[in-house]
Order: sequence, then C-alpha cells, then structure tokens
Amino acid sequence: MDDRQGGNAVQLEVMNSPFDEKQARLLNELLASMTETQKIWLSGYLASSPVLSTKAPEGETKEREETETKKRTITILYGSHTGNCEELAEQLSQTLKNRDFQVTVSSMDDFKTKNLKKTEDLLVLTSTHGDGDPPDNAMTFYEFLFSKRAPQLDGVRYSVLALGDSSYEFYCQTGKDIDLRLEELGAERIHDRVDCDLDFEEPADLWKEGVLKKLDEQSASSSDRKEQVTPDTAAGPVYSKANPFRAEILENINLNGRGSNKETRHIELDLEGSGLDYEPGDSLGILPENEASLTDELIEEMGWDKEMSVTITRDGEIRSLREALLSVYETTVLTKPLLEKVSDLTDNEELKALVADQEAVKSYIYGRDLLDVARDFGPWDVSAESFLQILRKLPARLYSIASSSAANPDEVHLTIGALRYEANGRSRNGVCSVQCAERAEPGSSLPVFVQKNRNFRLPEHGSSNVIMIGAGTGVAPYRAFLEEREEREDEGENWLFFGEQYFVTDFLYQTEWQRWKKDGLLSRMDVAFSRDTDKKVYVQDRLWEQREEVFRWLEEGAYLYVCGDESRMAKDVEQTLQAIVETVGNVSTEEATDYIKGLRTQKRYQRDVY
Amino acid sequence: MSDKQPGPPSEMEQLKENSDYLRGSLEESFREPLTASIPEGDAKILKFHGSYMQDDRDLRLERKQQKLEPAYQFMTRVRAPGGVATPEQWLVMDDIANKYGNGTLKLTTRQAFQTHGVLKWHMKSQIQEINEVLMDTLAACGDVNRNVMAGANPYQSKVHREVYEWSKELSDYLSPRTNAYHELWLDEEKIVDTRTEEEIEPMYGKWYLPRKFKIGIAVPPSNDVDVYSQDLGFIAVVENDELQGFNVAVGGGMGMTHGNTDTYPQLARVIGFCKPEEIVDVAEKIITIQRDYGNRSDRKNARFKYTIDKRGLPWVEEELEKRLGYGLDKERDYHFDHNGDRYGWTEGDGEWHFTLFVQNGRIKDEENYPLMTGLREIARVHEGEFRLSPNQNLVIARVQAEKKEEIEALIQQYGLTDGKSHSALRRNSMACVAMPTCGLAMAESERYLPTLVDKLEDILDEAGLREEEIVIRMSGCPNGCSRPALAEIGFIGKAPGKYNMYLGGGFTGNRLNRLYKESIGEEEILETLRPLFFQYAKDREEGEHFGDFLIRSGHVKAVESGLDFHSEVNL
Ligand code: SRM
Ligand SMILES: Cc1cc2nc3c(=O)[nH]c(=O)nc-3n(C[C@H](O)[C@H](O)[C@H](O)COP(=O)(O)OP(=O)(O)OC[C@H]3O[C@@H](n4cnc5c(N)ncnc54)[C@H](O)[C@@H]3O)c2cc1C
Ligand SMILES: Cc1cc2nc3c(=O)[nH]c(=O)nc-3n(C[C@H](O)[C@H](O)[C@H](O)COP(=O)(O)O)c2cc1C
Ligand code: SF4
Repeated sequence: MDDRQGGNAVQLEVMNSPFDEKQARLLNELLASMTETQKIWLSGYLASSPVLSTKAPEGETKEREETETKKRTITILYGSHTGNCEELAEQLSQTLKNRDFQVTVSSMDDFKTKNLKKTEDLLVLTSTHGDGDPPDNAMTFYEFLFSKRAPQLDGVRYSVLALGDSSYEFYCQTGKDIDLRLEELGAERIHDRVDCDLDFEEPADLWKEGVLKKLDEQSASSSDRKEQVTPDTAAGPVYSKANPFRAEILENINLNGRGSNKETRHIELDLEGSGLDYEPGDSLGILPENEASLTDELIEEMGWDKEMSVTITRDGEIRSLREALLSVYETTVLTKPLLEKVSDLTDNEELKALVADQEAVKSYIYGRDLLDVARDFGPWDVSAESFLQILRKLPARLYSIASSSAANPDEVHLTIGALRYEANGRSRNGVCSVQCAERAEPGSSLPVFVQKNRNFRLPEHGSSNVIMIGAGTGVAPYRAFLEEREEREDEGENWLFFGEQYFVTDFLYQTEWQRWKKDGLLSRMDVAFSRDTDKKVYVQDRLWEQREEVFRWLEEGAYLYVCGDESRMAKDVEQTLQAIVETVGNVSTEEATDYIKGLRTQKRYQRDVY
Repeated sequence: MSDKQPGPPSEMEQLKENSDYLRGSLEESFREPLTASIPEGDAKILKFHGSYMQDDRDLRLERKQQKLEPAYQFMTRVRAPGGVATPEQWLVMDDIANKYGNGTLKLTTRQAFQTHGVLKWHMKSQIQEINEVLMDTLAACGDVNRNVMAGANPYQSKVHREVYEWSKELSDYLSPRTNAYHELWLDEEKIVDTRTEEEIEPMYGKWYLPRKFKIGIAVPPSNDVDVYSQDLGFIAVVENDELQGFNVAVGGGMGMTHGNTDTYPQLARVIGFCKPEEIVDVAEKIITIQRDYGNRSDRKNARFKYTIDKRGLPWVEEELEKRLGYGLDKERDYHFDHNGDRYGWTEGDGEWHFTLFVQNGRIKDEENYPLMTGLREIARVHEGEFRLSPNQNLVIARVQAEKKEEIEALIQQYGLTDGKSHSALRRNSMACVAMPTCGLAMAESERYLPTLVDKLEDILDEAGLREEEIVIRMSGCPNGCSRPALAEIGFIGKAPGKYNMYLGGGFTGNRLNRLYKESIGEEEILETLRPLFFQYAKDREEGEHFGDFLIRSGHVKAVESGLDFHSEVNL
C-alpha cells in the first residue's frame, strides 16, 4: 500500500480524487518527496484526526451511492495470533471496500464452515505458530479443511498470503498447507501465494497489489476512478509499529530475589501523550537495538568502515553503517535462506559445502549469529551495501502487557525475562530482553507500539469466572486481568495457576497476588515451584491435582487462559486439560477433543503463547 | 491465680489457653503454600516447639521493592542438656544445617544448637531427623523451662558426669507433656485426649509459665554457666571428688528494656543447699511458685527475678519450704575463679578433652578456616562426646588416650584453634546472634564484635595486655543473650552502629557492670577504653582483674544489686 500512497503508483488528478488541480499538484509533489515512514505517519495522522474522521464517511457514502456494487463477493479469512495477519486483512478489506467490492472479513474460526462452498473469491492471510502449527484462531477451520467433510470448491477463486519466520524449520507452513489444500479441493488460484518473513510489510504489499490487479481485470468497470487517498491504515493510532512511540522508562526492577537463576524485569513505561491505548490481553511491541560490542566486532571482522553511510529503505533513507546494524538489521539470528544468500557473496568453499547440507545448516544456525559466520568463513570481500541487502529487518519483540490502563492511566507495565545462554563457546544475550535488563535505565526511553490481541480477552461479562494458567513471564497478562477486574469490580471468580523454579526467589509479583487473595479478588491460587522438591512439579501437575474443581468450573462456564512458554508449558497443559475432560467428564478421547474445540470456538479457551 | 495478679492476663495468656496445649492452627499454617510465613499467633505457639519465625533482615528493603515477601525462614533450637552431644548427633546437626539451613550451626550461650534459615516446607523433616537421634526442640523456647545448663568443665570428669546426669533428669522431668509436638512433627496418631488438665500438663497447666524459665548448674571453680544469671542456679558442692549436693540460687536474669527502669538485669542469690537427690523436687517446687505468682499481665515484668524482688527472698524461702514439706540446708562454701573457658588439651581421669575456640559459637566453613568440615571429619572418628560450652565454645570430650593422636592430627590438618594465637580478650569474648536473623536486634553483634576486638587488640598490644584475660561481651539489644551485664566490658546495641558501654562487671560473673557511656560508636569506644587500658596496665595490683580495677580506681561505682543497676549512672 505504501507506494500507492506514494504517488509513484497513482498520480492524483481532479478526475480520480476529490481534490482540485492545485491541491492535487501539491499533494503529488509532497507525496513524492516523502519517505516511507513519513507517509505512514501522515496516513495514520489523517486517519485519526477528528477533521477527517467526521468528514471522510460522508465522502465514502456518497461514492457508494454512485457506484452499483460488483457481483462477486470477496471473503477474507485470516489466521493470526499476534495480530499481523489480522491487521493486513482489515486493511485489505478497507481497500477493497473503497473500490466498491462486496467484502466480508473474519478469522477462520469465526467463519461458518458450511458457507465455504458458497464463497466466490477467497483471500486467506495466515501466519504459522507453534512448530509449524496454525494460529489458535485458525485451528478448527484448518482441521475442517483437511477433514473428509471439506467440500469441493470448484468455481471458488482464491489466493493465500503466508506470514512466518524463516528461522523456524516449518517456514510459513500453515499458509503453504492451506494453499495446496484449496487447490486440491478444486479451487482456482488467481495469484501465487506469497511467503513473508518477519519483515513482511513489503512482500505483503506486493501480494496485495497483484491480487487487486487480478480482481480488477475480472471486474467490470475500472475502479481506478474511485481510487482514494483515504489510507488503508484507516483509524489506526498515530503511533504504530512503523512509527513507534518513544516511551520513557519510569521503573525497571528485577523481580527475582538473590540467588535466582532467572532475571525477570518489571518495567513501567510512560505513555502520556502517545494516544496509545490498550486492553488487558494486548501486547506491547518494542523495537530493540543490537548490542554495540557485537555490532562493532562484526563490522571489524567484515573489514567495513562503521561511519560509511548506507541506504536503509527503498526510497533512500540514509544511516551510518553502524547505526544501521544497531537498529535496522537483524544480525543475531541465522536462517537457512540467509546462509544461502551469504554464500553467494563469497567463494568460500567451506560455506558452500555447509549450505549444500540440509542437516549441517540446521545444526550450524542453532545458537550462532552473523559474527560467527563472519569469523568462521572469512576472509571477506563483500561491500556493506550488498551485504545489508540480504539481511532481515530487526523484528520488533512483543511483550504481554502486565497492567490495566484503568488502574494505571498513561502507563504500561511489562514483565520481561532476560534471555542469556551459552552456545558455541560464547555467552549470548537475547537482543531485546537483555537490552531491557542492562541498557534501559529509568529516564531513558524505548520505541514501542501496541499490538492488539483480540484472541486474549477477559470475558465480556463481569460475572464470568476465569481460570488463568501461566508459568514464568506467562503471568504477565493475569496481572493486567486482575487489575482490570478489580477496577471494574467484576464479581466473577478468579483462579490463578502459577509456576516457576524456586518459591523464595522466583515468585513473581508475590506480594500482589497475596494482597488480591486476601481481598478475595483472587479466589484461588495454586503454585508449582519445580525445583523446591525432589520430584519436579509443574502447573499442569497442579491442574491435574485440582481436576475435579477445574472441570466443575468449566462446566459452569468458566473461561480458561494459558500464557507463556509454548513448547515447555502450553502443550503439556493442553494434554492435561484433555485428560481432565476425559477422566472427570468421563468421555471418550474424541469427545474430550471436541469439548476443548468447543471451548475454543466459544472463546472460553484462549492462549497467548510464545 | 488472679488474686496474685496486678492486672488482666496478657494476650499471650489467652493465646496459650486457646492453643489446645500448644497446637494452635500450626498444622494449617504450615500447609499454606502462598507464603513462607505463618500467622503471628502461631509463631508465638511455635516457640514452645523450639522454633522462631524470622526473616533475613539484610534483604527486607530489597525484597519489598522486588514485590517479594520478606525472606521468611525459621530458626530452630535443639536442646542438649548440659551441652552434651554424641558424634552421631553432631553429624546429624551438621547435615541438617547444610541440607535445610544456611550452612552454619550456632552453638548458643545456653549450650544448645541452633540452625538458621530453614524454610517452612523443610521444618517437619528437620525436626524428625533431629528426633531420630534422640534430641528434640520441644521447650527449647517458650514459657517453660529451657535447656538446662551444666558446666562443660573438662577437669573433673567424674563429677561432670554426675552433674550432667542431673541436668538431664531436670530437663526431662520439667518438659511439657502435651502430645502436640509429636502429632505435629512426628506424625503421631492424633488421639482424642481424654486426659484431664492435671494429666496433660501436671506441672504447667494450660497457661504454662508466665515467662521463660532458666536453670543452670555450675561446678566450681568454673562459673562458665554464669549461675547468677539463671532463674534457678545450682552450684555443685564437691568434697574430695564426691558430689555432696548443690547450693541453690534464685532470681537471676539479664533481660531489660531500654528506657524502662522497672526492668533490669539481676543476680541470682543463694538461699540454701540441697542434696543431689532433692534437686528435681526443689526445681519443680520453685517453678510452681513462679507459675502461681509470676506476673501474667505484663511480660516485661514476668521473669522470676521480678516475682522475687517484689516480695523479697524470705518469702520465697518460706513458700518453697511450704511446698517442699522440708527446708533447705545452710549454704555451703564454694569458690569461683572464672567464668570463661580454659582452652586446649586437658586430662581428667584418664580421658582427654580438647577445648576449641569457636568465635561467637558460629560453626561454618570460611575460606581459610574450614571449621565445619574439620569438625565433621572429627565427628566421623570420634568415640567420646562433644560438649557445647556456655561460652559458645566446643569441647571435644572424652577422648581415649589411644585416640588422642588421631584427633590431634585432624585438629592440625584443619588448623582448628584452641585460641592461644588470639588475645586473651578474644578468648573471653561472646556475642549474641543479632543481625541478620534476630528480629529484635537493634545493632550488629556477632558480625561486628570480632572486628571491634581486632582494633582493641592493637591497643592491648601497645599496653602489653595481650595475655591479660578480660571478659568482653556484646548483645544487639538489651535482652542480653550474651549475658553482657556480667562482662567486665559489656556492649548493648541501641541503634545501628551505636552501643551502650557498660564497665566493671566481675571476672567470675559475680557482679553486674554499670552503664559507662550511652549510644557511642566505634571511634568513641576505642577512645574511651584506650586510657583505661593503659592505666590498668600501669596501676593494677597483682592478679587484679580489669573490672575490679575500674571499681577500685573509682572509674565505676560497683553495682550491688540489679535494683540499682540504673542508678548513679557514670556519665
Ligand atoms: C541463640 C541465643 C544467643 C546466642 O548467641 O547464643 C539467643 C538468641 C535469641 N534470644 Fe535470647 N538467646 C540466647 C540466650 C539468652 C540469654 C543467656 C542465657 O540464657 O544464659 C539471655 C539472658 C538471660 C535471661 O533470660 O535473662 C537471653 C535473653 C533473651 C530475651 C530477654 C528475656 C527477658 O527476660 O527479658 C529475649 C526476648 C524475650 O524473651 O522476650 C530473647 C530472645 C531471643 C531470640 C529468640 C529473639 C526473639 O525472641 O525473636 C534470639 C534469636 C536470635 C537468633 O537469630 O538466633 N533472649 N537469651 C541464646 C540461645 C540460648 C539457648 O540455647 O536457649
Ligand atoms: C505474543 C507474545 C507475547 C510475549 N510476551 C512476553 C512476555 O510477557 N515476557 C517475555 O519475557 N517474553 C515475552 N514474549 C517473548 C518475547 O517477545 C521475546 O521473544 C523474548 O523476550 C526474547 O527476545 P530477545 O530479543 O531477548 O531474544 P532474541 O535475540 O530474539 O533471541 C531469541 C532466540 O535465541 C535463541 N535461543 C534462545 N535460547 C537458546 C539456547 N539456549 N541455545 C541456543 N539458542 C537459543 C532462540 O533461537 C530464540 O528464538 C512474547 C512473545 C510473543 C509472541
Ligand atoms: C511462538 C511462535 C512460534 C512461531 N512458529 C513459527 C513457525 O513454526 N514457522 C513460521 O514460519 N513462523 C513461526 N512464527 C512466526 C510468526 O508466524 C510470525 O511472527 C508472524 O508474523 C505472526 O503473524 P500473526 O501476528 O498474524 O500471528 C512463530 C511465532 C511465534 C511467536
Ligand atoms: S540480645 Fe537481642 S539482638 Fe541479641 S540475640 Fe538476643 S534478642 Fe537478638
């Protein structure tokens, strides 16, 4: 979308815009002179500024009346856990509406599967989570699609946009699966699937362009006449991922007592004047900076000049090489595609041999970073520019918000576990978490944005009971939940399961839970400290101990939340849940699975796992 | 008892009454998983079971900021009548300290063991393991009779043996009888107790005593147990190596409260003599007097010393005779010449004993002093016994001649010291625990006295007094757990870094000291003592001790009785 705004796609004229010549000329000049970020900022600004929000609708409705809408309806389905695909889907539908298409947009699981065969044009945007699994809000649809009950889809036209992370083995798996399956079922692919890595904005945009073209071709009159300046990021806040807000750090404390193996930071940020608002369940994105020492060593290994200036965007923003490697490009994560591209830039035989060997690559990239590559496969004769071309943009890190804005106006709190590990003879630090632990003094600031997460929400009724399960930093959103319910004076009951290593040092927010327990807001709390006892106990063990009660709560309509480590907790919790429904509910495995599926579709089983 | 009471019973009396003989709600409290603490009421009842809830005071502020509760933990006191422990028992204490505790053991001023830093969840296993080797923690604290002290005296083994047996007998007889302890910690069947009050606690009854009660037996010439500091003290009378019986002294105690002159340290006074076989009877009757007359409305005025001072000695003697059905004999002659320990190897009746200097009773491994490991290794081969001394030291006792070399070798190997390399001042120093575990500490004690002594040693060296025995004691608050009121130089904590300095105590623990300077810091302590040391070095008479010298030379006015402890303060 960005470049369409930029005018290099469409020139504004009196004919295709509500502007007079002078306005159109000025706008064209202005837009042409603007950088990506400036445009996005402007669009956001216009979208959210009252002037527009009151006027724009009139404009739109007027146009609606003028055009007789098109026959084919477009169905946009997304699978999204952290909101990227959801946002893209909303924008896409906005654009299409602006072009007078009939559009419905929803998450795959909110889509009535029996209507699938009735769809005409189907656009699927999905991410991949877990270890190649669909995001939670696509699971049931995904299973349906691959089940025998899936209908023939002849006559349905479709295209898929897949979001993923090439550092995972099953890159964009869900997108790939759905793409192939739709074809199998007889649907017609009108545009090739596009797989997007973490820096998905540009490729996602190209896919959208392509799809739009196809749809326009098939559709009767050219829609260009109706082209709008109204940005697709409509109604987004002024500050966004592309234009983050620099939030001042008010407080940054270590929640782990002396002698702990862990370091978990509680960080309080000042949002005053940002216009950013959030709900319990949302996440906060942080745009981190790489470690200076690592960056300098890399530059040295590669024999570059750290002061030289390099362009970092398609439309020519300039930075010094050092700044670029510090805050624009990812240098700490290796991926297979990256290694391949690197090996094209050198004639180092070793590297080429490595890249040729699937398994070797897999084991090499684990626990290594660019500096290792630089050292292992030198000497180098590569220009910084050409090297930067192949790097991914430094991705934002998300953190479950640990506060309720009702309880802490103009503030947002986070719970960040510092990630430190030893690998291949070097001690390594998580980029963002360790920046927050070591380079985030109160008084300094961090670039942040709010990442909505509609898939992790308190029940709409204050009277509903909730069961919250979280290990380690997984309790973060529950602190937000309880603060919120306390503010709202919800009378629903709250039951928290928490797990960590040691009671004495790792009982995150202990005194706050104790207070809430005493005040009765927290009806029950069960804790599992795995290393205090000879026999390790985890949250799922406590859950099992309480199975009768847990099942009773569920039967009585309780909402169940799981947050925290995907591989090491969420999976086991789900198995335990399955077992509980089976044994206590006394039903077959299939019925238990359906029961849990049921919870999911009723939004009574929500997960925020990472 | 109400007619004898000055006012309504204190909360604690209610608590005891409602505790169902020391059960309280301890069982539930110890199961509660969200906090490592227990409620205040239960914490008070827990004392009767030998344990105190504490928290690491070094971490209080830090943890508060971290949204963590205080580092709650439990101190456990293990009774060892007469301070005697077998090597097997030693090894268990060592193991517990490292497994559940903070990796150290504290040998207390009453010859007991203490572990620190034990978590709520480990208390049960700890107490069970202690009981498995026939030691217990019951009544190590609380309003009952405490660990019965007996001279660690390594000289006359035969007498020591007898005296020790009597201390055990007293200890056993005076222990509470409730089943609570066994139910709570030792998983004994909860039997619905159909016994009447008289049967459950024949001597104590459901209110137990108004306050703690302490008994110690001294064997002259050593007054290591500080017999005058005991609620009830026995002084062994030995004639040609035969134990004749005991002089009976009553009404001693150290505790007081800053700024409350109704509270004061007091010396026990001898009221007569009893035969060995009468000792238990005498102790029981005296305790029942305190049970019936002790102040149950104001705990600060509830110790036996106040009960007596309110009514006078003759009254006690009368009351005692009434209860005994016979009177005590006339006091026999005895003589003390020190209350400190005598270090190194000594022989008695063909057995050898090594008295080890343990700084402030803390057994731990330090970088260049692996005391804990060394003692563990010794315990593994030792066939005799250990004796915890009332001065927080340790006697490796009853070593057979043929074993001596082996033990000596280990002593050498681990560089364990008999203190001879230290100044005589350090060898006669004692400090209470205080920070960071003691909840009542107002200032450092155990962690500070050693460095203060370093600095005093420099002055003593200058004055040529390095080998002069001077008793110095420090307590972190006026409770006086290191018996500072009996020291020639006593320090009592007032505030962090600030101490009241008391001077003029008697070398044999026979005279209280007097306040000399109030709330002073290190610099002033050194400045004040320096000239006194030099004068002492210059003007002392043959064999005259520092405390006595200060009185003769008029620097301090002698305290005759605890009642004038607060009067005519030297300031
Ligand atoms: C461990 C020990 C000091 C030491 O370094 O060895 C000790 C330590 C404590 N004493 Fe003591 N007392 C210890 C011997 C004494 C003595 C000396 C003696 O008994 O020979 C005294 C003075 C004699 C007396 O009782 O008058 C003593 C007088 C007190 C008092 C004041 C009693 C009074 O009458 O006012 C308290 C506070 C209280 O009881 O209210 C106290 C209370 C305490 C407590 C339990 C603090 C508390 O109540 O919370 C201390 C625990 C500190 C810790 O972290 O371990 N401790 N305490 C001694 C253990 C003895 C034992 O094995 O039973
Ligand atoms: C929706 C969501 C919510 C989240 N909420 C929170 C939260 O509330 N609190 C929180 O702390 N985190 C949270 N996270 C995780 C967070 O976003 C970051 O992933 C985390 O902080 C690590 O980021 P980093 O930049 O510090 O580490 P990075 O620099 O991104 O490094 C992480 C990578 O290091 C590698 N690695 C890790 N350990 C090892 C090892 N032992 N050996 C070899 N390689 C290893 C792995 O490849 C891992 O992907 C959340 C994530 C999501 C998606
Ligand atoms: C816990 C977790 C697991 C992930 N697993 C995969 C994976 O297996 N394969 C993949 O290609 N991407 C994976 N990703 C990357 C996401 O697909 C990527 O961040 C995407 O932009 C998220 O889009 P969404 O916000 O719409 O969910 C994972 C991300 C997270 C947080
Ligand atoms: S004297 Fe005071 S500070 Fe020292 S141990 Fe006793 S109670 Fe604690």
